[in-house]
Amino acid sequence: MAASSERSPPPFPDSEEPELLEDSDEGADAFTGTSISEMDSPSPDSTRPPKDIFNEPLEDIFSDPLSNINSEPQKKVDTKIPSPSSDEVVDLFSDPLDDDSEVISSPEVQNPMPDLLNEPVQAPKSDVLGEPPVHKNAARQQYIFEDPPKGSSKSSSVKKAASAELFGDEDEEDLFKELPKVVTKKPQPLGPPVDVFTEVKSDVKVKPQVKDDPTDLFTEEALTAPAPKPSASSSSSRTNGVHSEEHDLFSEATVELSLDSPRNDRKKKDAVKPSVSAPVAPVASSSSKAPSKTLEELEEEESEDTFDLNISVTNPEKVGDGMNAYMAYKVSTQTSLTMFRSKMFTVRRRFSDFLGLYEKLSEKHSQNGYIVPPPPEKSILGMTKVKVGKEDPSSAEFVERRRAALERYLQRVVSHPSLLQDPDVREFLEKEELPRAVSTQALSGAGFLKMLNKATDAVSKMTIKMNEQDVWFDEKIQDVENEEQHMRKLHIMVESLVNHRKELSGNTAVFAKSVAMLGSSEDNTALSRALSQLAEVEDRIEQIHQEKAANDFFTFSELLADYIRLLGAVKGCFDQRMKAWQRWQDAENMLQKKREAEAKLLWANKPDKLQQAKDEIAEWEAKVTQYEREFERISATVRKEVIRFDKEKARDFKRQIIKYLESLLNSQQQLIKYWEAFLPEAKAIA
Amino acid sequence: MTSISEDSDKEKVHSVSVDLNNDSSLVIDIPDALCERDKVKFTVHTKTTLSSFQKPEYSVQRQHEDFIWLHDTIVETEEYAGLIIPPAPPKPDFEGPREKMHKLGEGESSMTKEEYAKMKQELEQQHIFPLGRVHREQLTSRMKSAADQQTSSHPMFRKDRNFQIFLEYDQDLTVRRKNAKEMFGGFFKNMVKSADEVLISGVKEVDEFFEQEKNFLLDYSSKIKDATAKAEKMTRSHKNVADDYNHISGALNNTAADNNTAFKKHLEKCAEVFEKLRKVEDRMASDQELKLTELLRYYTRDIQAAKDLLYRRARALADYENSNKALDKARLKGKDVAQAEENQKQCLQKFDKLSESGKKELTSFKARRVVAFRKNLIEMTELEIKHAKNSVSLLQGSIEILKSN
Repeated sequence: MAASSERSPPPFPDSEEPELLEDSDEGADAFTGTSISEMDSPSPDSTRPPKDIFNEPLEDIFSDPLSNINSEPQKKVDTKIPSPSSDEVVDLFSDPLDDDSEVISSPEVQNPMPDLLNEPVQAPKSDVLGEPPVHKNAARQQYIFEDPPKGSSKSSSVKKAASAELFGDEDEEDLFKELPKVVTKKPQPLGPPVDVFTEVKSDVKVKPQVKDDPTDLFTEEALTAPAPKPSASSSSSRTNGVHSEEHDLFSEATVELSLDSPRNDRKKKDAVKPSVSAPVAPVASSSSKAPSKTLEELEEEESEDTFDLNISVTNPEKVGDGMNAYMAYKVSTQTSLTMFRSKMFTVRRRFSDFLGLYEKLSEKHSQNGYIVPPPPEKSILGMTKVKVGKEDPSSAEFVERRRAALERYLQRVVSHPSLLQDPDVREFLEKEELPRAVSTQALSGAGFLKMLNKATDAVSKMTIKMNEQDVWFDEKIQDVENEEQHMRKLHIMVESLVNHRKELSGNTAVFAKSVAMLGSSEDNTALSRALSQLAEVEDRIEQIHQEKAANDFFTFSELLADYIRLLGAVKGCFDQRMKAWQRWQDAENMLQKKREAEAKLLWANKPDKLQQAKDEIAEWEAKVTQYEREFERISATVRKEVIRFDKEKARDFKRQIIKYLESLLNSQQQLIKYWEAFLPEAKAIA
Repeated sequence: MTSISEDSDKEKVHSVSVDLNNDSSLVIDIPDALCERDKVKFTVHTKTTLSSFQKPEYSVQRQHEDFIWLHDTIVETEEYAGLIIPPAPPKPDFEGPREKMHKLGEGESSMTKEEYAKMKQELEQQHIFPLGRVHREQLTSRMKSAADQQTSSHPMFRKDRNFQIFLEYDQDLTVRRKNAKEMFGGFFKNMVKSADEVLISGVKEVDEFFEQEKNFLLDYSSKIKDATAKAEKMTRSHKNVADDYNHISGALNNTAADNNTAFKKHLEKCAEVFEKLRKVEDRMASDQELKLTELLRYYTRDIQAAKDLLYRRARALADYENSNKALDKARLKGKDVAQAEENQKQCLQKFDKLSESGKKELTSFKARRVVAFRKNLIEMTELEIKHAKNSVSLLQGSIEILKSN
């Protein structure tokens, strides 16, 4: 898998990978069946099903098949995967079925299981009901971690400790070591819980460690995951059957069960995995329906919840002189998220640092279909003015405009659950000194290269003719295109409003002066006084108009400009998806060609080359599968992202509009005040 | 044919204010204006108790040219030289919007019927109606001051045939438009007048009152001209802002039409707010135009009329001095003395008469101006407050609604 190559960097990026990997495996089911959002919210109700459905029936129904499984499939598995020994597997399998005396081989295992089943499950449940979701979840997570481990975490790294905690300490040695191996055989079922992990984490902001253990499990899984499917032979058909059923079951089950603590899931999965067969699936799926509705509501609430990370960009300061001068901004963060070292911290960043952050993020995430918020544009003209110019109003406006844009940019970045987890983001917010961002200079060689890349991208985009299968995407792409155009028009209108308002402000000022002059030459004292009062009122109104123009610009026009840029990023996501599709299609075509070549060879009866051709076919088959999965994965991500973007946009827009209208309201109230003060003056004319 | 009359509250206020004259022996108002192809017709409504009118009430239709004709005939009448003759209003520019309408018609094929209808209505409401309204106001105020003068200070007007014809004659006056020669003549006359003004400015003023008035009017006239231009600019840009609101509202609606997420609701609401804001802003701009800019514009012209009066008096003074010189010469030569004496006497008489009525006129003019400023400033302030309050409640309501959903 392509992802496995990106695996090397430490914990954080990894935390996203498992999710993606998982998506590719069973994303189709999970994502079309139920919206992602349902998966991540905790629900008290859903803690029940695992116990009822999975544990109890298991003992009765599956004790028999188990013995079979334990004996027969084990061998088959052995044939496929070198490492796992039958003993270990038996250990694992016996865990859930603590009563099943036949199967139990290692007595220690019995202990942890009751623990796992009872204590943690109860505890979170009761917690969940009361408090607001975010904190509660965090608390719950900690609770879970604190409870089972009885002290001795043998692994030295934090990573391992986390997983150790999860599995309880007594059988830790056994389970922990075995698990990965088991996992290798059954990649699909493992997927869902990982998904839950990452989801829960992103919404709830659990400690970063939590994510680590799925990563561990998956490093192995990732490497071996593709293997079972293609190599399905007649001898292992039975195991395969189990695989596919599990696959179904788990995609359903995730939807339903993912809401309880990950812990719960894992245990349940462990429990069910070995013995799952068809009959269980319908039960699980039917039981999943009831809770999912309440979950949605819960999720709504959660998303409405205030985001506990405040970032402000303040104090723009000119550093240096001449053409080497630059503006430095103070980036202050205030948060209660535990992933940060402290609650409040401040760093100084320059504009190119912001651009550098974007470059890093977009390099890492945009290919996966994430919408990476674009930073404000580089403006050579504006900056040169600032560099050269003294304190003139236009450069002050430029700086303020950029400051506000940078602030919004950072807020958008951190409000993205996945981007927030990126180490670069954290580094940007926390670290005192950043290495100077290179290649962000507009006129540098790198800049030129970037332009060139963009151009080739645009060309290749035009050459790709994708026949869209997915109606949702078909419509959405069109919608985004239309919306962008409308937004552009709207933006032009608002810009013209800003200009006209400025004009009005200027004209009002001139008129005020003129009226003052008129007042001075008026020979009627009262009228003269009234006229000079009028001039004063008009002067104040000029101020109001100016404020309104600033409001038009900063609150409304800039908002639209942001959206236009963001819509560009959304389109970029669609392009990424299209590229993935193209890759898949290319591989498909290549496979076709190889097959034809093989047929030709067969016909020409050239056995010596036949083997090579077969190998190639196998290779390309694997590639096709891989690319197809990647395409599905990116489709799912893009879809999720676009939905998220739409939601955010609506909320953001509403907030900004209310702010805009409130500011207008304020101006009107001032206007009333001024005119009301003038009225007696007008009446005093005699 | 489109009627420009809008029965808004403001209009009524204004009609009432015309009737506010203490003397109700002659009341004139213009309740209606009609657009008829390329003509705009105003209904002039007269109510009178004066015996010189045959009926107590008249209602006739007059065009802009008729008003100009009335003005010209009054100016040309020697008898009225000592009066400040109410200036005729400038011709409203109906051509601009009409041209736009025409273009709209040409581009009709490229847009749907609804769009066309909407654009047309927009044009009418935003350009033609306000123009008609403004012009009507102007004419009304002109007629009012004419009526004022007729009934109060200058019974002379009462006997003016032309004025009476203007008010009474129920057919079209069919005043022909000035032809090119006359136009040129008018222009030439103006040139001569300006040159003459410069010449006689050297004549030493004998009366301190007039000296002061002259200085004041010269100063004031330039200031008010400036203020008018600035006010016009200001109201124009205010109108632009209102137009922008309109466009934004339209663009928001377009955006909303193609959207089907939660965003749509906000966009629609927002469009609605802007549409309403546009109306308020538009009203604000046109009321400012009506009450402030128009006041200034009117007095710019009225002051010109006052200056004209001063010119006529100065001319008479110059004539008188010339006749004095002529008399001296005649006496020296001993020839035509009686004729020169007669001439000198006439000039003096004329000058005295002009001085006397001019003094009265200027004094009353000053009082009139102060009253008019007071009235318009109060009205404008009240309207500004009204509109601002409207938009405050509008904004408050919208914010509430936005917050609640």
